[in-house]
Amino acid sequence: MSGFTMPSATLLAQSILSGVFVGALYGLLGLGLSLSWGLLRLINLAHFAFAFLAAYLCYQMAQMGVDPLLSLGLIVPLFFAIGAGLHWGMMKFQITPFNSLLVTFGLTGIVEALIQTIWTADFRKLESSYGEHNFKVAGLYVPLPELITLGLAVSLSFVVWAVLRYTDLGKALRASAEDSAVAAAFGINEKRNALLLAGTCSALASIAGVCLALGFTLAPSQIYAWIGVVFAAVMLGGLGRALAPLIAGIVIGVSEAVTMAVTAPSWAPLVSFTLLIAILLFRPGRAA
Amino acid sequence: MAAAVGPREPSRWRIPLAIVALGAALAFVPALGLPAFYDSLLYLILHWIVLATSWNILSGYTGYFSFGHGAFFGAGIYTSATLMSRWDWPFLWTLPVAAAVACVLGVVVGAIVFRVKGIRGEVFALLTLAVTFVLGTIIVNTPIDGGNGVSLAAVAIPKFGPTPSSTFYLLALIAATATLLVAWAIAVSKLGAGLFAIHDDEDAAEVMGVPTYRYKLVALAISCSLAGVAGGIHALFLNYVTVGEVFTITVPLTVVLMSVLGGTRHWAGPAVGAVVITLLLYSFTAADYAVAGKAMIGVILIAAILFMPDGILPRLQRLWQRRRSDRPAPPLARAPLPTVPAHGSAAAVGGVLLQARGLAKSFRGVKALAGVDVEVRRGEILGLLGPNGSGKSTFINVVSGHFLPSGGSVVFEGKELAGRAAHRIASAGISRTYQIPRPFAHQTVLDNVALAAMFGGGINTPAAARREAMSWLVFAGLQDKALDRPDALNLHQRKFLELARALASRPRLVLLDEVLCGLTPSEIDDAVALVRRIRDQGSTVVFVEHVMRAVMALTDRVVVFDHGELLAEGLASEVMQRPEVMRAYLGQADVDSGHA
Repeated sequence: MSGFTMPSATLLAQSILSGVFVGALYGLLGLGLSLSWGLLRLINLAHFAFAFLAAYLCYQMAQMGVDPLLSLGLIVPLFFAIGAGLHWGMMKFQITPFNSLLVTFGLTGIVEALIQTIWTADFRKLESSYGEHNFKVAGLYVPLPELITLGLAVSLSFVVWAVLRYTDLGKALRASAEDSAVAAAFGINEKRNALLLAGTCSALASIAGVCLALGFTLAPSQIYAWIGVVFAAVMLGGLGRALAPLIAGIVIGVSEAVTMAVTAPSWAPLVSFTLLIAILLFRPGRAA
Repeated sequence: MAAAVGPREPSRWRIPLAIVALGAALAFVPALGLPAFYDSLLYLILHWIVLATSWNILSGYTGYFSFGHGAFFGAGIYTSATLMSRWDWPFLWTLPVAAAVACVLGVVVGAIVFRVKGIRGEVFALLTLAVTFVLGTIIVNTPIDGGNGVSLAAVAIPKFGPTPSSTFYLLALIAATATLLVAWAIAVSKLGAGLFAIHDDEDAAEVMGVPTYRYKLVALAISCSLAGVAGGIHALFLNYVTVGEVFTITVPLTVVLMSVLGGTRHWAGPAVGAVVITLLLYSFTAADYAVAGKAMIGVILIAAILFMPDGILPRLQRLWQRRRSDRPAPPLARAPLPTVPAHGSAAAVGGVLLQARGLAKSFRGVKALAGVDVEVRRGEILGLLGPNGSGKSTFINVVSGHFLPSGGSVVFEGKELAGRAAHRIASAGISRTYQIPRPFAHQTVLDNVALAAMFGGGINTPAAARREAMSWLVFAGLQDKALDRPDALNLHQRKFLELARALASRPRLVLLDEVLCGLTPSEIDDAVALVRRIRDQGSTVVFVEHVMRAVMALTDRVVVFDHGELLAEGLASEVMQRPEVMRAYLGQADVDSGHA
């Protein structure tokens, strides 16, 4: 960088960069949530529990010497099955969106207890070779795990976007979300599509979980720390959309990071939640 | 559920006396000299009874599930803690202030949130949860907390009971008794009837005269005040308060869980849930299985929603009622007069009752109603005709206040009504029916009608309203269905229920939106006779209808709408012959001339 850059500018740039990185994870976590809420009318709080379960599995496999990215090969199909199974149960009981929130909260408590039983309530940190590969670009510190998260979030968001927009499956899913009776009358196998989508949402949660394990310290109680801010990203972006959670997540991540740099880290939640309140007040229709 | 019990009024004071007696009996527990930890366990049970029951007053009764109870509870905690630690207030004096602060916070939030249509269900839950975190963040970053928490070790505990722990127990006992009394009193009052109606169909409730905005705000204010008191007591009980433990998602979720488990539509449901959950949690913690307890809560929550969506208490009530109904059912108490209620002002036909001028309504640029002038004369039956999409239903929706007009005026008995809230229009003397009946699904047929008598008709006690309602059920021929739920009625009966509801407020003007649509020919004859009797007992009738036979038989005059504009006005037999009306209706004149 040129010599006359003020130190605070570097700090600010570094903050913005870390905001982009954490925002990408918000977006990745929000992607499955937004699809499930918007297209399946299922508000899946257990999404966060699934992400943490995947993170712990990834941590466990890393302890046994499996590369975190390779562990995706096992984790993704596993969580696809879990998500599809959960949705099968939800369809069986014809659960309303609001009750799905309560039921999946109950599920979150069960998963939390499970994690605490197996891995205890202590903090766990995945030690992998990725953590050591950090480099500097233009005077800014770029950690490799966060870069992987950003890459995964962007590419997955675009893949989902393309599938929803251009494939028959995507069109069928959007049609079912808009009017399931009419969609069914046109021969759309709604049940199969819904299971497919629910499985995909959970698989996306598990990928976000692996990213979590790469970049963050894990504890069972941390499940709840992500809920508010990711919901804010989902609502800001709008439901059932693929690219919106990523963009909204990055907007929130950056504004949080700048708030932290300018004031104190403890003020950060104010940004996302004030934003969430404002969105809900002025655009309540987004969630309906 | 008191609102759904039926016309029998068991001795009114039995329940509150039982609550007070139970509270008084439990006040002797400290005298037994049990170990202190029993006092604390009992304190926690009572504490959760207050929190869950207070939450239920807004959220259970109206269905607006708040996830912000932690914020109101926390406001109480920090108010008391600050007053005690910083200004050395004596503990008991802080409690009213804690209640007031929580109440003001609730009213400010509610006054904004309840104004926005569409903030219901999950949106309301998320919004109130976000308020919790915003408040927590502000408190932790300001000197109120400062990030280190507030210690109350130096504060003196008042000597109520023999020991400090029994003092907390007695305080919580008073709070719980008071909270249950309040919850009961609301459930059996006019306020409660309005709140339960909001739960089932807020728009219909407003149109029937329930001031929905004010009622929600009052319920929230009461709910928050009680939560504030619980917080004030809990501050000293905890002795050391931190934001991290107060402004969490745990408090709202626990009270939701307790209330859903116990039954949200009953005043005692949350208390039942609170006892069960607190004891369960305690037994797991005491046995060193806190983690298993957490999982257990999850399992209970899922099982409760899937298999007992109404909660424990309503389930038990139903079992109890089934056992009782083995005995011969008691006849409907105090059989009402089977006469048509006499009407106050069956004034002479002719004077203008309602005058709409330039009444307009647009939806995002689409003009559903493009400025119509309609005059309704006292004592007439006015038919409102026109092809589909011509603006007939929009006219009814605007006049009844269901939609705000985009322009124009509606003068009813000399008063301007355009732009007024629907419940004010209802109490001014206008009622309406919905084309697709919208009964309150969780209330009996009788209570559905009683609600209209109470709110539109200005009757203040549920008992008197039920008596009035019964006579209207007789009028509509539904007296045998009085204690059934609306889902037990067929379409024909539901339409008549709509009529009974519209009449029970004794309106001067009744707006009927396609009451005959979907009925069989013989049912139509019944309905036509009924509409005639409505007019004969003194109400003026505007009715939207496609069934020409009924229009010809009933109407004194008709107005015809087309594309949101007034096309014709006059006697039905004459107006329907006009070429422009036939063209609007059948479209044939155009086609014919095109081919000619």
